[in-house]
Amino acid sequence: MAIDQYLRKRFFPHIWCAGCGHGIVLNNMLRAVDQLQVNQNEMVMVSGIGCSSRISGYVDFHSLHTLHGRALAFATGVKMSQPNLTVICPMGDGDALAIGGNHFIHACRRNIDLTAIVMNNRIYGMTGGQFSPLSGTGISATTSPQKTIDREFDIISLSLASGATFVARTTAYHHKEITTYIKEALQHPGFSVVEILSQCPTHFGRRNQQGDATEMLQLYRQNTTSIGSEAKQKQPELIERGIFRQEIAPEYCAEYAELINRAQQS
Amino acid sequence: MRQRTEFIQGNEACVHAALYAGLDFFAGYPITPSSEITEHMSAQLPRIGGRFLQMEDEISSLCSIIGASLTGHKVMTATSGPGFSLMQEALGFAVMTEIPCVIADVQRGGPSTGLPTHGSQGDVYQARWGTQGDHAIISLTASNHQDLFAMTVEAFNMAETFRTPVVLLLDEITAHMREPLTLPQEGEIPIIERLRTSVPEGVDYHPYLPREDGRLPMSDFGGKHRYNVTGLYHDMWGFPTTDPNVIHGLIHHLMDKIENHAHEITRYREYYLDDAHTVLISYGCSARTALHVVTSRRKRGEKLGLLELQSLWPFPAELVRAKCEHARYILVVEMNMGQVVHEVKKAVLDPERVYLANRVDGEFITPTDVRNIMRLIHGRGV
Repeated sequence: MAIDQYLRKRFFPHIWCAGCGHGIVLNNMLRAVDQLQVNQNEMVMVSGIGCSSRISGYVDFHSLHTLHGRALAFATGVKMSQPNLTVICPMGDGDALAIGGNHFIHACRRNIDLTAIVMNNRIYGMTGGQFSPLSGTGISATTSPQKTIDREFDIISLSLASGATFVARTTAYHHKEITTYIKEALQHPGFSVVEILSQCPTHFGRRNQQGDATEMLQLYRQNTTSIGSEAKQKQPELIERGIFRQEIAPEYCAEYAELINRAQQS
Repeated sequence: MRQRTEFIQGNEACVHAALYAGLDFFAGYPITPSSEITEHMSAQLPRIGGRFLQMEDEISSLCSIIGASLTGHKVMTATSGPGFSLMQEALGFAVMTEIPCVIADVQRGGPSTGLPTHGSQGDVYQARWGTQGDHAIISLTASNHQDLFAMTVEAFNMAETFRTPVVLLLDEITAHMREPLTLPQEGEIPIIERLRTSVPEGVDYHPYLPREDGRLPMSDFGGKHRYNVTGLYHDMWGFPTTDPNVIHGLIHHLMDKIENHAHEITRYREYYLDDAHTVLISYGCSARTALHVVTSRRKRGEKLGLLELQSLWPFPAELVRAKCEHARYILVVEMNMGQVVHEVKKAVLDPERVYLANRVDGEFITPTDVRNIMRLIHGRGV
């Protein structure tokens, strides 16, 4: 298996810092695509703005690098106009859930067949390490010298409450899970959310005593556990990994095709 | 074949025209006074196998149609001033990425929520300069349903020809007014399709390398060429760059492809201009009032003429200068605090002769309003 057939090598080297988790996500995302044998001409990657969003430039799919927070809005137009295309939307945490929060919940609600990948590093990396809505309290960032007082979103609860029909979470440490969950998400006929905790040693780790990339990855091993595990019973503060929802519900483009049938018959 | 005439609102005329032009994808968000466009689209599009989306806001409405345009569809959204403000970010994206789309802004009183149910022409400069950074834009307008139909079709044609967003500047008065529209027959108004690349599969396609004539053939997303699209300054591959030469070339290309074709884009009507001592310049709903004044004064032997602008951007400065050359004075009739009047002053040789006849209280400007300004200019008081 050679994932480099999916890369635009002409545009390397990439912009990410040494130790960034986003490269691990890219690698394992492409493994998922490869395992599914999706025709590259039918793959569209739509991203917003931020470190994570640069991923779209490096892949040899149709790629649309859009506006901060708006990836899902553009992707909705791509998918609705050409439902045969497979559309994948990598986003950062601030991109998806601060400036793009409204588009995110409405894409969940419509259950349109898009795959949203939230690469959650709990920080605005590209702009120099400001706190995000996923940072949580007590975090040191360039806009929180006295540490954050803002509480964080839980992406999983938000996605479930908003109506996403496939919801999963893993981390950059658990790279095989990334491939598995993205593969499941791409095959899922509805709106899917895969949250991937991805380390930012440059801005998050350094300011919050989490060490370098290796130590941050070790932390993902220690502070997460599989859904419903014994460890979770003993240590409720552990973050759960796994598939939180995988259910079939009416998909938006399919429903619209039915609506067209009804309109043309009446 | 017998022509079909309908007695309808301007907003409905706009929908008829968009479908005539080949629109098959529309996204919108409810806002007065443009909602009828969105409502009629929701009914019409599924019947022809097209797609309609009601999005969560105006931001996503414009973003989603840009996505749909990339897959090869003719697309449109409709809104009013506050929604148009929200669209400015994505409008700039469409300018930068050169993706064809049509945005109808049915103007109402502003700023802010302003006067939702009353007419205004306050968005002329928002259409021109609402999004940040240097750029060129095309904006069309109309004063009656027959012209509104034609200008809507032209908006699609120009969007596809010049690979640009086109702003259709309508107003509450024309949009909600009912008058007869004779539907043009198929083929009566030419329909232009976008230029698509002839580069075969497997051969490098450069999505952002202009041909010698400045045009960029497109390739549909989902088709045989995979390429990158970004709102960042980009090279011929569509990949981000900070190379000063490439940046210089791109911004000049974005300006020149429209500004150098201002003659092709210019649309207008003229009434009694040949021997006019007084030239009225107007557009949209206000042009109806201006035409009434000119026609009634002509019956009394007064040498008034009207230049009705149907394209506002790029501003037809040369046309205005030529048509006003022999005028003793020029009166710009518009429903704002003076927007087009500034462009007219810049265009003519003697800006001291340019006056503004306006009305900004939400009521439609009347012939009496215009006549009163003319009396003042003549030093006769009101």
